[in-house]
Amino acid sequence: MNPVRVLKPLRLLRDTQINMSHGSGGKAMRDLIQDVFVGAFDNPLLARLEDQAVIPLAELACYGDRLAFTTDTYVVDPLFFPGGDIGTLAVAGTVNDLAVSGARPLFLSCSMVIEEGLPVELLRRVVASMQATAAAAGVMIVTGDTKVVERGAADKLFINTAGIGVVRAGVNIAAANARIGDVIIVSGHLGDHGAAILVARNELALETSVESDCCPLNGLIDAILDVCPAVRSLRDATRGGAATVLNEFAQSSGLAMRIREAALPVREEVKGACEILGLDPLYLANEGKLVAIVPREAADSVLAAMRAHPVGGRAALIGEVCASPAGMVVMETSFGGSRIVDMLVGEQLPRIC
Amino acid sequence: MKYVDEFRDPEKARTLLAEIAVLVKSTSRVRNRPLQIMEVCGGHTHSIFRYGIQQMLPPEVEFVHGPGCPVCVLPMGRVDDCVALAERPEVIFTTFGDAMRVPGSKKSLLKAKADGADVHMVYSPLDALKLARENPDREVIFFGLGFETTMPSTAFTLLQAKAEGTKNFSLFCNHITIIPTIKAILDSPDLQIDGFLGPGHVSMVIGTRPYDFIAAHYGKPITVAGFEPLDVLHALWMVIKQIAEGRAEVENQYSRIVPRDGNAAALEAVQEVYEPREFFEWRGLGSIDHSGVKIREAYAAFDAERKFLVKTVSIADATSCQCGEVLKGVIKPQACKVFGTACTPETPLGALMVSSEGACAAYYNYGRIDISGLKRQTDAVVA
Repeated sequence: MNPVRVLKPLRLLRDTQINMSHGSGGKAMRDLIQDVFVGAFDNPLLARLEDQAVIPLAELACYGDRLAFTTDTYVVDPLFFPGGDIGTLAVAGTVNDLAVSGARPLFLSCSMVIEEGLPVELLRRVVASMQATAAAAGVMIVTGDTKVVERGAADKLFINTAGIGVVRAGVNIAAANARIGDVIIVSGHLGDHGAAILVARNELALETSVESDCCPLNGLIDAILDVCPAVRSLRDATRGGAATVLNEFAQSSGLAMRIREAALPVREEVKGACEILGLDPLYLANEGKLVAIVPREAADSVLAAMRAHPVGGRAALIGEVCASPAGMVVMETSFGGSRIVDMLVGEQLPRIC
Repeated sequence: MKYVDEFRDPEKARTLLAEIAVLVKSTSRVRNRPLQIMEVCGGHTHSIFRYGIQQMLPPEVEFVHGPGCPVCVLPMGRVDDCVALAERPEVIFTTFGDAMRVPGSKKSLLKAKADGADVHMVYSPLDALKLARENPDREVIFFGLGFETTMPSTAFTLLQAKAEGTKNFSLFCNHITIIPTIKAILDSPDLQIDGFLGPGHVSMVIGTRPYDFIAAHYGKPITVAGFEPLDVLHALWMVIKQIAEGRAEVENQYSRIVPRDGNAAALEAVQEVYEPREFFEWRGLGSIDHSGVKIREAYAAFDAERKFLVKTVSIADATSCQCGEVLKGVIKPQACKVFGTACTPETPLGALMVSSEGACAAYYNYGRIDISGLKRQTDAVVA
């Protein structure tokens, strides 16, 4: 690749708010891209300002033998919440979607839909979060798109990120791969992100300090794969929470996921908020937690590797894969009973009493 | 969690289960069918399923899931009224979350919101009143529903709105009362229920005295129960003990919360704001005399029904639904003709499939397959 001079952040943009001209394709848009995005993301592939990023195949091939490709769109209210913001989410989410396939995430695109009137300073903060998260995950944001829509046509800011990564040779991770006798491991406290968003929306008048767990998981997954390349299934437990992931594993494999309520790592403050609202932390969203199915003989080494990693300190073995009831998740309650943990119908709604 | 974990102690549960098993054996000589205990309240239904309590019990004990989920028993015509009110351009319609998904004859509030109605989910009627203060040029309607549990909070909100002189706030009152409903169930000729778990939160407001007739006139034992799993098991043990000893009394397991005479301040506010309706329609049960309340004349200015001339049209439940028989313990949810086929949580035909606290939805979500094989721990205790 020809060396390209990276443009350092220039304060080309004098406006304090985004207006329709910033999406018009003219000079205002060019200034926005140059100043806010190219300056912050700071890499030679993006700085070429072509309509696409051109990546040498040899550069990809040295990491593995298959390409992983994913996309996701991020809409969150509020944009900033304890523990993160929409920018952190937009990068960590796509990185994690790649990493759970056993891929090394490498390059991301970033597409912004901005509501007219958004303060430029706010956009700069979001973009700075994106860059910080990308740097932490070791990925580059190399191409993008900007659209400005009229006031009311979008809620402040929507971000789409797509990503490509390369899957390590020999690694074969899929939801259908679970086998009877395998163990189920989660990487830490469940429901933090969902609870943080509820609190940040200020709907609850609760005095709790819970923060979103939003973070890239590729480092943690590397640590797992280093000790156990035979990981069967791996998925980050985002919307729908751990319960949804477990149901997906059960349905894809045709086996039963049996978990123990007493083994689930959930913070006291998250438990408390759920008790008050009649919500179940198993269904609350996470943005930095994964559920893994690994062969039983690898359980100890995987748990040790996870716990040694900064984002896996509270990793826990929560259950095992069994033959029946086929395709279902069953939880042994801490009270001594058992129940089915089903997929949610619609979203979780707080109960009346 | 402090004050919670002690009510979820599996060791204590095992002790209670063993005692229940002994009591049940002592009653079985005089019966040739399982003991049927009705938990009146949806909160109890939720606890029973969430903690898997049914699977822990000896097979001779069955729960009958009562009519105590206010969201489930709301008739379709009233949901249509909600949607019509919510779709008025000047209205901000506020509701508790779990009422959003209840189907009307054409749509739910969730669908109305998607269609453009200004529907807000709130956690308290006071939040709705706050919204009215913040939007003086809009009419804010709060969808008041629930038993005596939620009735005081909407009454206090109306009292506050009146004291503040708020002009743009009203209540769409769908509150219902528990006593006429229990009476209607007890009067049913095919009644099979042997005893009741009384609703904890309702009783916190009305006390235990109003249940005296259940024991005195119908000879059925009732124990008011809390909502933690040990509360439910303990109250069940108390009811079965009464049956085994041939007693029928009103007992109070939830005495840490429920006083015999209820909460005077709450009852006073309820009395001030509401009066009984002649009759109120329930999904699955039909019309029950004096089972609902309406807003008194003195508070007419805060009554959405009067303000917007709501004339509820009665819409019959699907004829295939057997909700009424499930509620009376005559059949189990799985025995209903449409359970799990035409009627599912995604497409509820009957009341009991609507909210997660409805008996059929709970059976569908938590118990639609036989998980008796999972009873290994508890079987050992009960044997």
